[in-house]
Order: sequence, then structure tokens, then C-alpha cells
Amino acid sequence: MSTYYNPADLAKFGNITEWQSEMGNKFFAYYAEVFKDGALTEREKSLIALAVAHAVQCPYCIDAYTSDSLQKGADEAQMMEAVHVAAAIKGGAALVHGVQMMNKAKELSM
Amino acid sequence: MKSLLARHAPLADTAYQLTVLTQAEAEGAHLPSFAHKLQQSGLLPLLPTGLSVMQINVGKMCNQVCKHCHVDAGPDRTEIMTRATMQLCLDALARTDIATVDLTGGAPEMNPDFRWLVEQISALGRDIIVRCNLTIIVANKKYHDLPEFFARHRVRVVSSLPHFSAGRTDAQRGEGVFERSIRALQMLNAVGYGQEGSGLSLDLVYNPAGAFMPGSQAGLEREFKQRLGREYGIVFNNLLTITNLPVSRFLEYLLESGNYEGYMDKLVAAYNPVAAANVMCRSTLSIGWDGQLYDCDFNQMLDLTVASPVQHIRDFDEALLNARAIVINQHCYGCTAGAGSSCGGATT
Ligand code: SF4
Ligand code: SF4
Repeated sequence: MSTYYNPADLAKFGNITEWQSEMGNKFFAYYAEVFKDGALTEREKSLIALAVAHAVQCPYCIDAYTSDSLQKGADEAQMMEAVHVAAAIKGGAALVHGVQMMNKAKELSM
Repeated sequence: MKSLLARHAPLADTAYQLTVLTQAEAEGAHLPSFAHKLQQSGLLPLLPTGLSVMQINVGKMCNQVCKHCHVDAGPDRTEIMTRATMQLCLDALARTDIATVDLTGGAPEMNPDFRWLVEQISALGRDIIVRCNLTIIVANKKYHDLPEFFARHRVRVVSSLPHFSAGRTDAQRGEGVFERSIRALQMLNAVGYGQEGSGLSLDLVYNPAGAFMPGSQAGLEREFKQRLGREYGIVFNNLLTITNLPVSRFLEYLLESGNYEGYMDKLVAAYNPVAAANVMCRSTLSIGWDGQLYDCDFNQMLDLTVASPVQHIRDFDEALLNARAIVINQHCYGCTAGAGSSCGGATT
């Protein structure tokens, strides 16, 4: 079966530097810096990444940050709660635009 | 869950395990041989750096049947070290200045001569580590005083607790293990273990409950201390992260869950030459329940005996053993991945 997404491509992520090494390398250096232990723990950052992966609907990131969250010591409850945070923000983001819809509807209505 | 042996599973045969481990390499697949990796790091042959730990496996009997067990231990395993063999270990120990004796199993406490052995080693003035699975302390009344016994002999207790959540712990070690482990930890704390200034050291071991590598040891330790402290009032000294090696029941789990190749790929990709230089077999001698000698507990479970004219503890000769080359195979990738893994946790 051929699909747009191939799980094996995840391991080839690093290859993006082939066609633009300077920007690619800068991105990876930045990426590595972002995920270091800091004011947030590595596990907390991994859970944030997992939530964002769901919000941006990137299957590669979901794959990578499910493994990474497990590796950093997160359990199933923490991981599912992270997904709910993404869902709440995405759902809330759609709903809050309802105010815009209401404004426009009111503007156009008698 | 039963041991591989009790189930007559093909993997109960160590020759078959080795076939599985070397197959990918033999088929010219992408898994490079560990020997080749070591050679590239300038570490082949892998040589001992001097003996500082004597690890004695006093038997395969255990009250638990954990899914990841590389010993294939369980209540049905009857292999057990006799007092006569223990005496041979003690004789050898007395002739050396080996600082640390590491007692493992199975559940080492289930060996009827376990306490006698601890007393003898203690009398020789060596440091003692007991790899206690925690639940044994609450398994039966006759084990309830183990914390006091350990404290009396200043034993360093090293205990597996794969996670601070019940779900992940029980998935790996069996239903109800978490709750019993917590009770046992509280009993150890009560006699002073893990308490500041007591000098009684309690370390926890983190094994990933699945086909992934352990995260950063320092980060996980912080997390464990916070959670176990807040929720159960438990204190401990260090968290040791250990990578699961593809041996015995963990190998079975990898094969049955379809994770074998992916896991080996991960280990190979994470090969770390610094960890390779620090593998525990370079400073450890592992003794089986029958007195046979091995480079480590993993080689012991694969029946890979030392490459030396000295094969049994009764013939112990430190100089001859230090002149041997360590026996390696594909499972060794587990000790050299990422931050490295040994019985003492990360090695880099
Ligand atoms: S991992 Fe330890 S506690 Fe679990 S079955 Fe094996 S020896 Fe027993
Ligand atoms: S599995 Fe044993 S022999 Fe292989 S590197 Fe690890 S400690 Fe050494």
C-alpha cells in the first residue's frame, strides 16, 4: 500500500539538511536546544510536543513524541490528558470564533 | 504468566535465543555485528579492566514472573545455589580485595542460605548489594523482617520499580505488584533506608515497560522522587536507569509484539563508544547458581560461559580471569546504547 505518509520517512528527517544545510543545521541546533531540560522538565516538554503534534495533526510527530513521552517516563494518563489539552484548545479555538460569526450575523441582520 | 521453561517455549533454549539474535546479521540485513562496532571503537577484543564486583546469582526462584525478566525466573524455577557453592564463592572472595558483592537471582532472599551468605560476606568486610524485588518482603511473614536484617548488615538495597504509576508497573511486573512494592518501600524507609544521614542506601531501578530506551537518569530520578514522596511519603537515594536487553522473556515480548527489529534498530542507532568502554563486564565477574563463571548476568542467562581455562568458582584465579577476552554477542547493544546501561544504571 502506498500512502503520502511513510513511517520510514521519520528516520530520514535529518536528510532535510541535504538541500539546505545551513538552515537545516540551524533548525536542528535550535530544536535540540528547545528540548533540553530547563525551566520545564524534559518530560513536560515532551508532553507539550505530543499535544502540539495532535493539534497540527502530524503523524510523524505523534509517533516520535509517543515514544519520547514513554521514554521520558510519562504514563498513559498523562499522555491522554495532553491530547485532551490539544483537543480543548482546538475545540475552544473553533468555538471562540463563534463570537466573530455572531458579530457578523448581527451586523448583517435587521 | 509462567516461565518460558514451564511453558516449553522455544526461547527457553538459549541456543535458539542466540540464533534469533544473530539471524539478522547472518541474513546480511541492516543490523551490524556488535563485534564490528566494538572494533571500530578500538575495543575488540573487549578486555577486563580489573575485578571490582563479584556478582552472585543465588538461584532462579522468584515470587514474581515479570514480563521483561532476562533470567526467566519464577516460582517454578528450582535452580538454587547450595551452601557448599556459596562457600566456594566466599573462599575465592577472601583471596581477593574485591570491594563489592552483588547478590541477585530470582529473588535472592528465597535461597534458604541467603542470610547465612550475607552474614559471611559481611564478616569479610565487603560491601553487599542485594537486588531485592520489594514484593518478597511482604510475600510471607518469614520475610517481613528483611528490612531489619538488611540494615543490620549495612546492605545496599537495589530494587526494581519500573514506574511511579500502578498501571505501568503492574503491566510489566504483574497485577498488584505496585501496591505491594509501595508497602515494602515504606517498611524499608521505616528502618532508615533512604533517609538522610542513616547511611542505609536504597536505590530504585527503572526499566522501561516496553520497547523503548530509558530517558535521562537525572530527569527520571527527580520525577520519581517528587511523585513517590508526594503520594506515598517514600524517600530513596538514587534512581538507576537500566535498558532492557533482548534476552529471555524480554526477547519473547519483543518478538511477540512485533517490536524486535525496531528495538534493535533503536539500540544500534544509539550505540555510544563511551558507554562501550564502560560496560560492567570489564570489572565484574558473574557466578551462576551452580558455580559456573560468566562475564555478566546476561551472558549467564544465554549460557555463554567465560572464555577462560577457569570455568568454575572452585578454580578461581584472578590473574588468569583478568587475562580473558569478554564474550560478546548482539544483546550487548543494550549495554552500549545512549547513556549506557549496567547493573549500576547509566554508565556515562
Ligand atoms: S525481573 Fe526480578 S522480580 Fe521479576 S521475575 Fe525476574 S527475577 Fe523475579
Ligand atoms: S551484555 Fe554482558 S558481556 Fe555484553 S556488554 Fe553487557 S555486560 Fe558486557
